[in-house]
Amino acid sequence: MNSKFNIKLLLIFFLFINYSFADEKIKRIDKVSKNLRCLICQGQSVYDSQSEFALSIRDLIIKKIDEGQTDEEIYDYLKVKYGDWIIYDPKLDKNTILLWSIPLILFIFGGLLIFRKVIIIK
Amino acid sequence: MISHLGSYSLIFCTIFAFLIILQSAKLIGNQSKIFLKKIYTIITLQLFFVIFSFSCLLIAFVSSDFSNITVYNNSHTEKPFFYKISGVWGNHEGSLLLWLLVLVLFLFLFILDTKNYDNKYKLLTVIFQEIIILGFLLFIIITSNPFDYIFPVPLEGLGLNPILQDPALAIHPPILYIGYVGTSLIFSSSLAAVINNTVNSEWAKQIKKWVFLSWIFLTLGIMLGSIWAYYELGWGGFWFWDPVENVSLMPWFCLTALLHTILVLEKRNALKNWTIVLSIATFSLSMSGTFLVRSGILNSIHTFANDPSRGVFILTFLFFLILLAIIVLFIYLENDKKNSNNFNILSKETAVLVNNWFMMYFLSVVLIGTIYPIFLEVFTNEKISVGPPFYQKLMIPFLIPFFIFMSFGPRVKWIKDKLKKINYTQIIVFISSLIIAYIIFSNSSVSYLFSSFLIAASIFLVLNSLYDFFSKSVQIPQKISHFSFSILILSILLNGIYSEEFNSNMKVGDELKFIDKTIKFKGINFDEKDNYKLLRGDFEVIDSGKNTLRFNPEIRIYNQPVISTSEADIKTNLFNDNFIVFTLLKDNEIFNVRYQHKPFMIWIWISIIMLAFGGTLAVIKYGK
Amino acid sequence: MVNKKIKLFLILSSTIFIFFTLYLGLNKNNYYTTENIVYKKIENFESYEFFSNKKINFKNISPDKKYIILNIWSSWCLPCRKEHKNLTELRENIEADLIGLNYKDKFENAKSFLSELGNPYDIILKDENGLISIEIGAYGVPETYLINNINKKIIKKYLGPINEENIKEIQSLVNQ
Repeated sequence: MNSKFNIKLLLIFFLFINYSFADEKIKRIDKVSKNLRCLICQGQSVYDSQSEFALSIRDLIIKKIDEGQTDEEIYDYLKVKYGDWIIYDPKLDKNTILLWSIPLILFIFGGLLIFRKVIIIK
Repeated sequence: MISHLGSYSLIFCTIFAFLIILQSAKLIGNQSKIFLKKIYTIITLQLFFVIFSFSCLLIAFVSSDFSNITVYNNSHTEKPFFYKISGVWGNHEGSLLLWLLVLVLFLFLFILDTKNYDNKYKLLTVIFQEIIILGFLLFIIITSNPFDYIFPVPLEGLGLNPILQDPALAIHPPILYIGYVGTSLIFSSSLAAVINNTVNSEWAKQIKKWVFLSWIFLTLGIMLGSIWAYYELGWGGFWFWDPVENVSLMPWFCLTALLHTILVLEKRNALKNWTIVLSIATFSLSMSGTFLVRSGILNSIHTFANDPSRGVFILTFLFFLILLAIIVLFIYLENDKKNSNNFNILSKETAVLVNNWFMMYFLSVVLIGTIYPIFLEVFTNEKISVGPPFYQKLMIPFLIPFFIFMSFGPRVKWIKDKLKKINYTQIIVFISSLIIAYIIFSNSSVSYLFSSFLIAASIFLVLNSLYDFFSKSVQIPQKISHFSFSILILSILLNGIYSEEFNSNMKVGDELKFIDKTIKFKGINFDEKDNYKLLRGDFEVIDSGKNTLRFNPEIRIYNQPVISTSEADIKTNLFNDNFIVFTLLKDNEIFNVRYQHKPFMIWIWISIIMLAFGGTLAVIKYGK
Repeated sequence: MVNKKIKLFLILSSTIFIFFTLYLGLNKNNYYTTENIVYKKIENFESYEFFSNKKINFKNISPDKKYIILNIWSSWCLPCRKEHKNLTELRENIEADLIGLNYKDKFENAKSFLSELGNPYDIILKDENGLISIEIGAYGVPETYLINNINKKIIKKYLGPINEENIKEIQSLVNQ
């Protein structure tokens, strides 16, 4: 039974194998623009929006990539201009330390509670 | 006229709510059935008046009675009949009335369901539920009355935002609200059980079907919203981690945890306090959702028109209920230590705890991610965005242990199990998952080590859930739901990893290459429909095997209100979705064209429906 | 028993804390603006003069003036049309140069916009792809910036069309 299922899965997956992937640069532009909020549109990313602002930001990303800047440098450049609000992926700093750590602390705390409930008796 | 009637019947409902609370409070401790009948009569009357009031709004919408301000703001004579009806709950005021309707209806059904139960428990549940109903009634009457009128009566309404004129979105709110409101009943009855000191197997058995029912509707409601986002927003995604979406996911995690815990309470009479905490948390999260969406405190794609006084009201009411719950718990809840025994590490009880552990973790990620920006802004005046990368980074790494655990969890027996369950078959399954994942990744250029482990873990889960289908120790609803869940996860992951998109500006006649495909923009034509004009694009996508797919996406310009929307054309088959959407740019001849290839999209929807179907089987089984 | 009371106290106080934070959050404006991002230095950039197409460096603009006012405009932007008479009034009553930045515009359209309404600007620079506007930190049109021309720092930002009140404020800031 398992092996039959495996073969099916394999067949499905082989369908993908022929793909080669688009130009690295376009991928990078897409990746960066997906992580940027289009400030003048409600809840859309720069990638999703066709507003003048979003189009300009995309031009800027292309220019910065051509200049050899890293993604981080592009984000930092925009953060200075528009504030942290523009980045969807909040960087770890003094403002976001709790944001990143509270869920993890809760996870450890929960683990300890379960550990106590489970292990005491044999 | 009809608006007046609707408005008055809401006032009657309020009076009834007061009456019921007072009468019930007086009757607690009295075991006489006669007094109880009186309360049931008032509840039935209350239900009647809510239905009546809702019908009034419905009639106002259907007959386009623009003297009613809600109708004026959200409807239009030329709107299709179906959307005139869905317009009733497609706005803030009407949707609250729907909430209220479901609240009262559920209380009524609950009464029917608990005929043979203890009077005190029933009366207490009625009191708590009526407090919630009263809160909503006051909220509607004071801040968001759907029956306000305008004079002079306008001749035409402002119309419903065309982006909301969609079948999935039309039924999304009622389904979602049934899920949300179901949790209110769990809240009320758990508080009642605490006071009555009957948090036990029997209570678990009785409330279990309400838990499942809420869970089914919440699951389907979330799916419908997601389908709408996929088809209508035209961005190709189905989940954007938008605050409003998160708000529906939070009670879902909590309810899923409760769904498992309630079984422990039923079978083993354990985890009493934890079950109660989950019951209260689930409803509080549903209410917080309402608060976060309706108050306009969040910056989201789907914010309702907001008014600060509404936010203050819901917030106060929400915290009143939470404080009420805390006080009840502290006065009446027994210390769990006395009657609790610890669990064996290899037992179903422990497995459920581990499930809860992960659910609570995912919940905390979504909760913190959603409300943290509000807190930060209050304390530091700085605004940050918490978007998809945050959720992905914190959740995806935890999926691997979660999948592996979930592969074994369902098979473990109650009380105590032996280790030899993990036998040679398991090892074979594990190795074959690794091999499959290796083959996928070695032949594709996506070569992240992490993704391959993730896929391996999810394939492991799929194979194991499939194996469980032939196991006797697992029940049928559970088999179906767990297997669908594993398929859901696998499709989401493969979809995420293998989706490809092409986004470019094109003119009519252009031909562009994308990987191994050619995209041709052959032409556009104009057309006119009842309430919109449209521009239909004609596209062809030719793949390396010379197969041609034709696409006709549309740009619609609605007349009331004048808004243009892009309708994607999606070709679906069992293995993948192909998707084209186009939008007009500032210069009239150039269009932005987006083509997407999204594998296994259909399996995401199918598996969610199957997941809910598993839950439905459980309800049927437990309902007997 | 004491333990229980401490627990109750902790839970109640954190609930109340969350309540008040959310309550305060309600009163915050949830629309994001960049109006408060000021006192930042604008780095030098190159642009072209609108009519002559001569290359101009931002650092060399109006060397004799202590302040400059930079206004981002476009012929296709309706609010720009609305604020035009205010801009003209501002230019006549202030000791600072008014620099126009023509945002993503067609030359012909922009020219007829100016000949129709008049040209209040001392210099107009071109921003054909919107990159200069990003450099300055703008996200739409029109936007107006009061800039200290000595250290090139932004003193005040106005998003959207400027009004009479804004003009008074700019005047008092320049006269200080």
